[in-house]
Amino acid sequence: MLEIKNLHASVQKKSILKGVNLTIKPGEIHVLMGPNGSGKTTLGKVLAGSPNYIVSKGQVLFNHHDLLMLSPEERARRGLFLGFQYPVEISGVSNIYFLKAALNILRAQQGLKALDALDFKALIQKKLEILEMDESFLYRSINEGFSGGEKKRNEILQLLIFNPTLAVLDETDSGLDIDSLKHVAEGINQFHHKDNGLLLITHYQRLLNYVRPDYVHLFHDGKIKKSGDYRLVSHLEKLGYEKALTRELA
Amino acid sequence: MSNTLLKKMTRQAYPLGFTTAVESDTVRAGLDEEVIRLISRKKNEPSFLLTWRLNAYRHWQTMHEPSWSNLKLNPIDYQAISYYSAPKSKTDGPKTLQDIDPEILRAYNKLGISLEEQKHLSGVAVDAVFDSVSVWTTCKEILNEVGVIFCPFSEAVLQYPDLIKKYLGSVVPYRDNFFAALNSAVFSDGSFVYIPKGVACPIELSTYFRMNAANTGQFERTLIIAESGSSVSYLEGCSAPMRDNHQLHAAVVELIALDDAEIKYATVQNWYPGDEKGEGGVYNLVTKRGICRGKNSKISWTQIETGSAITWKYPSVILKGDNSVGEFYSVALTNNYQQADTGTKMIHIGKNTKSTIISKGISAGFAQNSYRGLVRVAPQASHARNYSQCDSLLLSDHCGAHTFPYIEVRNSSAKVEHEASTSTISDEQMFYFQQRGIDTENAISMIVNGFCKTVFSKLPMEFAVEAEKLLELSLEGCQG
Ligand SMILES: Nc1ncnc2c1ncn2[C@@H]1O[C@H](COP(=O)(O)OP(=O)(O)O)[C@@H](O)[C@H]1O
Ligand SMILES: [Mg+2]
Repeated sequence: MLEIKNLHASVQKKSILKGVNLTIKPGEIHVLMGPNGSGKTTLGKVLAGSPNYIVSKGQVLFNHHDLLMLSPEERARRGLFLGFQYPVEISGVSNIYFLKAALNILRAQQGLKALDALDFKALIQKKLEILEMDESFLYRSINEGFSGGEKKRNEILQLLIFNPTLAVLDETDSGLDIDSLKHVAEGINQFHHKDNGLLLITHYQRLLNYVRPDYVHLFHDGKIKKSGDYRLVSHLEKLGYEKALTRELA
Repeated sequence: MSNTLLKKMTRQAYPLGFTTAVESDTVRAGLDEEVIRLISRKKNEPSFLLTWRLNAYRHWQTMHEPSWSNLKLNPIDYQAISYYSAPKSKTDGPKTLQDIDPEILRAYNKLGISLEEQKHLSGVAVDAVFDSVSVWTTCKEILNEVGVIFCPFSEAVLQYPDLIKKYLGSVVPYRDNFFAALNSAVFSDGSFVYIPKGVACPIELSTYFRMNAANTGQFERTLIIAESGSSVSYLEGCSAPMRDNHQLHAAVVELIALDDAEIKYATVQNWYPGDEKGEGGVYNLVTKRGICRGKNSKISWTQIETGSAITWKYPSVILKGDNSVGEFYSVALTNNYQQADTGTKMIHIGKNTKSTIISKGISAGFAQNSYRGLVRVAPQASHARNYSQCDSLLLSDHCGAHTFPYIEVRNSSAKVEHEASTSTISDEQMFYFQQRGIDTENAISMIVNGFCKTVFSKLPMEFAVEAEKLLELSLEGCQG
């Protein structure tokens, strides 16, 4: 469903992505690990179409369409979801109003009729239970005053409501306490099925105790340096990125 | 917000800009005593009113346009304007709907306002003012039953001269300012409301002002009197055709609340704002003031200002009665080259008086938006309280937001609080919306609506939705 070929991108004239190649098929879970500043977040944002980044080379196919030609909102409507590493606060706009508006846009795209307030409430209630989120979050401004963990849970809430075909989750497991981590993992597992794809950007093995990846990639200096199955994770945790990389390059 | 989002400014849609072909009785352009006598004669006014008009005119001639506001306006040629234009009717005022020019009925229908009794918004009485005169008032029977008077100002002058004599100019004297003096000299019509003692007006009252004729000014006058223990909610709406030159609108509104009375006054102002280059548009120079004369009385102003090339308006409350309450809730949206200089004055005179000011200014394009407010606490106003909050939202790099809060406190027991904020929509916020499938236009309107929520919630229900739509329209084309 996603095919990234030799992708190069830069921000403010600084080259960040330097030839990324990655293919994700329906049902697969991929994990991207790598040192800070290596360009993982950049990859997610470039895929989602952030106007801050300039793609200089390469191609991305999403369900056989040229992804890079589409506007960010069009990419989202076609089923690409990015769970942000640092979800932004938007004051004055209530979470529930935002979620309902966005869901109904997606539904319109799929030829479904808009959910009214009651149907929407019923749908969201179930998702809140999975994440053990209090209903009061719905009536607060988007992410405003949310703790780090609450922001991440709010991203997973959206993942469950919008039910995209491909989700890129950028360090959604960072900064979570043990219970929150469990709920986030539970949400990810609820979301995942044989027809959708997942790209998890993470630093920690602990999420992978709950979510079993098909592939693990080591990202460094703007490209994938090594790929393997889930055993690569424990290898990386043992050695650290630097040693693993020097061995790799040696 | 950065250039990437707001580079392209396209023509703003103004769907209310149509003109209506009606036969009008228009007085020659220019202003002198003869014109004032002519207007007064056309309306069969009692002599006290003519005298008052002439006094106002003579005083006006000694005055100058105010220069202290933050506005840039082209000089107004007061001799090029016609001060009276009325659609021709068969006799002296229409007796039934059939007597009204069908073109006018059609014009109001286009604006979404039906003057036919069965079809009007449920629970709302409408007074329709077309250019200089009121053409029709609905729901008269329901109001008669409880003794509420809601009629064109010119009719009130003839039928209730004592009330007019007593209250006209009692809150806004003609000497008050340049435009109030001009209005006092030449005003042609408007609405009059009288709520008797102890009556809660059973329906919303509203006036819809429509400026149609070219090169005319609209100078209406509204007077609302709420007797002891009464209450009323009133809404005015306004629109005008698209014209290349600037049209002048200089209204005066006076509110009087006696003991325990409450007046809620809401405005949805959508006069033609001019085109995207700043050509044309209405000069909206208005004096609105209420007095809480009685104890425990309350006056609340809510305004949604999206139209006009220039808005100059400070709906104010004089808190004279002990324990009286004044409120001002405002959304002023300016796009393209629109300018708004608006705010309020809260004058605390009575003891334990309380005022609240919530002002939300939104600027896009090259617009300038100023909040100007005065909170004055007189020496005798012990335990007066004021809370003011002024928030600005900037939607382009070329627009401006300015806040001028003036605070004068002469009583040490007063508590006055002022908060202000300025925000923009960041690229990161916009991307968050887009990543969830929401395009920039919808994102802006969601943020703007969120920004204005506290003010919208003060509008009568039927109009809160209208106001949201209006903001969306006014912002159309304000993204890249
Ligand atoms: N908007 C930006 N402006 C300037 N530099 C940026 C911007 N976004 C990312 N970078 C830089 O790009 C590099 C990669 O960042 P990022 O993709 O966030 O890495 P990671 O997610 O792997 O930690 C870093 O050096 C970062 O400072
Ligand atoms: Mg990152």
